[in-house]
Amino acid sequence: MNTETTHHTKLRLALGPVLYYWSRESLLDFYRQASHWPVDIVYLGEVVCAKRRSLDYDDWLSIAHSLKESGKEVYISTLTLLEAGSELGLLRRICKNREFLIEANDIAAVYRLNREGVPFVTGPAVNIYNAHTLEKLVSLGLRRWVLPLELGASELANIRDAVPTVATEIFAWGRLPLAWSARCYTARAENRSKDNCKLACDADPDGRLMYTSDDVPFLVLNGIQTQSALTQNLAPHVAEIRRHGVEVLRLSPQSRNMDMVVECFDSIRCSHAPDTDDLETLETLASTGTCDGYWRGKAGFEAPEAIVACPGVT
Amino acid sequence: MELLCPAGNLPSLKAAVDHGANSVYVGFKDATNARHFAGLNFTIDELRRGIEYTHDAGGKVLVAINTYPVESGWSDWQRAVDTAAGLGVDALIVADIGVMDYACSRWPRLPLHLSVQGSATNEDAIMFYRDHFNIQRAVLPRVLSVRQVASIVRKVDVPIEVFGFGSLCIMVEGRCQLSSYLTGCSPNTYGACSPAAHVRWEDRDDRLEVRVNGTLIDRFEPAESAGYPTICKGRFRVGEHTYYALEEPTSLSVLKILPELYSAGVAAIKIEGRQRSATYVAKVTAIMRAAIDACVADPQQYQPQQEWQAGLAQLSEGSQTTLGAYHRPWS
Repeated sequence: MNTETTHHTKLRLALGPVLYYWSRESLLDFYRQASHWPVDIVYLGEVVCAKRRSLDYDDWLSIAHSLKESGKEVYISTLTLLEAGSELGLLRRICKNREFLIEANDIAAVYRLNREGVPFVTGPAVNIYNAHTLEKLVSLGLRRWVLPLELGASELANIRDAVPTVATEIFAWGRLPLAWSARCYTARAENRSKDNCKLACDADPDGRLMYTSDDVPFLVLNGIQTQSALTQNLAPHVAEIRRHGVEVLRLSPQSRNMDMVVECFDSIRCSHAPDTDDLETLETLASTGTCDGYWRGKAGFEAPEAIVACPGVT
Repeated sequence: MELLCPAGNLPSLKAAVDHGANSVYVGFKDATNARHFAGLNFTIDELRRGIEYTHDAGGKVLVAINTYPVESGWSDWQRAVDTAAGLGVDALIVADIGVMDYACSRWPRLPLHLSVQGSATNEDAIMFYRDHFNIQRAVLPRVLSVRQVASIVRKVDVPIEVFGFGSLCIMVEGRCQLSSYLTGCSPNTYGACSPAAHVRWEDRDDRLEVRVNGTLIDRFEPAESAGYPTICKGRFRVGEHTYYALEEPTSLSVLKILPELYSAGVAAIKIEGRQRSATYVAKVTAIMRAAIDACVADPQQYQPQQEWQAGLAQLSEGSQTTLGAYHRPWS
């Protein structure tokens, strides 16, 4: 890898799909704002639960068009856990569109997109743990992939050494989507079954915190998805991320202060080394604290050792 | 309908074969399979003897190589595939696309089964693995209803295997990183949840507490029996209430719905539990053999016998069983 060139490449910022159930107004407002933010890429669509229908597919397409007009590179993200026939039906419709590229979040989408003969990108729930898997998917049309959440810098380096050309994205900011289930834990918390959930998750714009019995925030219930309570923040590692040849930083939307998150990452990616003020600001934007263990090859929840400004920056 | 039973060692393999398993599945003594526990699994010599024993009885041996190799560990998975193929096993159970790609190009005549860790919950995902790697069977994650299972069986020309009894993963297998979030080791990368080295038991004020790498997973009153701290089976607080926020300690059992699975056209019923004892394997295998035989003989009249249900309940986590996602209201 040529570190001299990659070092000066400007990282691109991506706004990940909204993982929570937000109202129609909130979503429309969020993307109206996002059209002015310094993000290069926007992923749109419902990836968690098909029952969340504050926007339908045509609404998403209309947001996609306006973001495209604002100069954003837009992708439609597909549902992650596909079970029902209706879910597959929408997937197939999405995969037939020729206007926007697709982020495949299940192998079913990879199957459809490959058959359609169109290139695609994959999200973090498509398991690419080694170069053999990556190369196979590249041969089927993969153009960019997201490193699995639980892998870190050293495994990324090993994969990139073997497959240096394909674009890599990492999950740089947000609560980590750690697990998926048939069961809706938000409905369960309300003593309801999933079929009778009454969209309980609409009360939780950033998911619902689950604490240990000794009151430590541990996980977040987001419908059928379980997330980390801590926000993964890889901003302190941006210089290293750049050296590894990563092209895109994914910022996972949160309901409050997302504009500030984007602003900090924009400032960090434009500078030679992260600015201490930006790093400190980011810490305040994570409501239950931050973690970066996975990137360092440790347990995911482990907190940053210290925020240290890089040499030459005061 | 095939009965596929777990074997963590040679005595368990023999117990399964002797008590009516049509086939057994095993793993090597490393992270290449999803039951990477100390003292468990097979050496090459043990596997050779296991294959001989099973084949002599007319059964089949499947080898699980169903975790996800990271790049630095790739050669271990490659070696596992070659070793199993060289020993003449009947099929490999695989999850990783790279491993599948290697196995089907290097050993084109060795059947591949898509592992539950491959997270294939719909027909398009299964077709992907069929078209590209010629899989001969797919194991469905424990997140589908009976109706959804039946629909998949109808729509794909790949035989379908489902879980029939044992510990219940409530998350989509292959898509759960709760364990690595706390310990750095997950089923995908390491082949285990909450590895024992990270588990600490502690008496505090007459109560038994269990922590995984420092995080409190459960707290047991003196009268309560303490289960293994799988993160999804712990007690946590949401709002005002502390409860099993994800799932109670319980085991999956399909005894009540065997005829539905049979008429749906399910090809094989898998028993979980390679980490269990030979006695456990013998008991579960015998009960499930009797149940499947009764079901196949007369699906209309099939009734799960009281002694089967009691026998399985005794062997279950928390002494209780559930239909899990097979039964829609569970979700």
